[in-house]
Amino acid sequence: MSLPTTCCGVLFPNPIILASGILGTEAALLARVARSGAGGVVSKSASLRPRAGHLNPTVLDWGYGLINAVGLANPGLAAEVAILREAKTMLQPLNVPLIASIFAETVDEFGRAAAVVGDARPDLIEVNISCPNVAHELGRPFALDPMSAAAVTRTVKNSTDIPVIVKLSPNVTDIATIGLAVEEAGADALAAINSVAGMVIDIHAARPILANREGGLSGPAIKPIALRAVYKLYEAVRIPVIGIGGVSNGRDALEMIMAGATLVGVGSAVRRRGVGALGEIAAELDRLLADLGYDAPAAARGVAHVDR
Amino acid sequence: MLTADRSEFSLPQLARIVRTEQENYRTLTLTFDLSWPEAEPGQFLMAWLPGVDEKPFSLLHNDPLQISVAAVGRFSRQIQRLRPGDPVWLRGPLGHGFRPGPGPMIGVAGGYGVSPIHFLAARLNDGRERHVIIGARTARDLLFAERFRAAGVQVHFCTDDGSAGVKGVVTVPLRPLLAALPEATIYACGPTPMLQAISAICREQQRACQLSWEHYMRCGFGVCGSCARREDGWLACQDGPVEIIPG
Repeated sequence: MSLPTTCCGVLFPNPIILASGILGTEAALLARVARSGAGGVVSKSASLRPRAGHLNPTVLDWGYGLINAVGLANPGLAAEVAILREAKTMLQPLNVPLIASIFAETVDEFGRAAAVVGDARPDLIEVNISCPNVAHELGRPFALDPMSAAAVTRTVKNSTDIPVIVKLSPNVTDIATIGLAVEEAGADALAAINSVAGMVIDIHAARPILANREGGLSGPAIKPIALRAVYKLYEAVRIPVIGIGGVSNGRDALEMIMAGATLVGVGSAVRRRGVGALGEIAAELDRLLADLGYDAPAAARGVAHVDR
Repeated sequence: MLTADRSEFSLPQLARIVRTEQENYRTLTLTFDLSWPEAEPGQFLMAWLPGVDEKPFSLLHNDPLQISVAAVGRFSRQIQRLRPGDPVWLRGPLGHGFRPGPGPMIGVAGGYGVSPIHFLAARLNDGRERHVIIGARTARDLLFAERFRAAGVQVHFCTDDGSAGVKGVVTVPLRPLLAALPEATIYACGPTPMLQAISAICREQQRACQLSWEHYMRCGFGVCGSCARREDGWLACQDGPVEIIPG
């Protein structure tokens, strides 16, 4: 395969990486995803304090994708650092980079979380400022406002020497403005998109099915939303964009790369294709690139940007 | 009787309770007005009570759907209060069940692990030798003895305090059964320490076993990672809940 891709100075064996919140709970599970062919893995977002998350139902398949409101359940960063250290040891011989995802309730805590997670020496840190499912507890996501997003980015950058990815929300009017503010605040890369705010209702129960009432949509239904967001960001910023949202096969991944993505996140596709989904998608991407005459993912990156 | 359309299985599906049967002082069996003809022993469902919670249960039977619920927490106490005609929302069948071979069956059921073992024993009613070891803390915690006998299964008991059957854990009656039935496969469901002990014995004797593991679950379809085993990332909901270990 001719898929190796560099992002923020880190070499990925292929550009297909695990999206955070999917299968990222245990070191051995991250390693299992890596062994099945992922180019990189992202741990589930962790915070300074442990969180139990929301009651079930928390994750549902509504037919065109998933909806979830897990509520950022995590064991707390002290325990998470041990998991990440173990994951790092398992991933090293596979040459698969580890991205550690963090979130916090305040700008200052984002800085402290970045410093703590740095102890595990992940290859990159993903800053999750865009979870849509905890607004009633933690307030509006920082990703909804350019000033707040930039403030978090600046604080995290001042707290760690590890390259920082900031994960953006699609639930905004103009994602490019926010991406630009985050780039100016020092982010090394952007990830887009987090899940799209949504709801499912059961007519017999006459209420939303998720215990949290609303949740985040992922999977095939959101791919066009993600493609547009990546396309807009690629035009607005110079730093790499990690494209995430509804990628289910190699063709979807290539669309994301053509929109401008350097790496492509895959999450909900695991629902239908299993843990091996990422390796299979990488192989499909490799064949497609060859068929279309691109000698590397970078050769196809951004080619969909044409004059009107 | 409604037979559910597979396409509806992804979201919780409305079911109504047809009848309830008291199994012991705290365990109730619920029968629903739904059937999942293709569901296998060892598979599970997620039962949702709006405003309460959604919890995993092994199937006791698929046609009609049945589960047994022990009153151990808020959800199980709420579901036990329901009466015939009341609604419960069910999502499934989920996971991978037992894959029985041709030989004799040795079932081992600890606590509430009786449901999938009973479902399996009923499926294997083809003339083969079938045994089940039912383990519990005390005689009054034992479940399903009559159900197994009615299904033609030879029943062996053990209790922690010796108030019924052999005094001790399930491995005490298991060892002589293993010796007596060298061709048998072991099918077990119960608490983690019980399954670990059975797994160790089967490894030492190079015996095939199929173990159904209990775990907290969220999605139930292999995405969220809530039920991942720490040691190897095995997912109880999707790789299991039944782990097939060759002899």
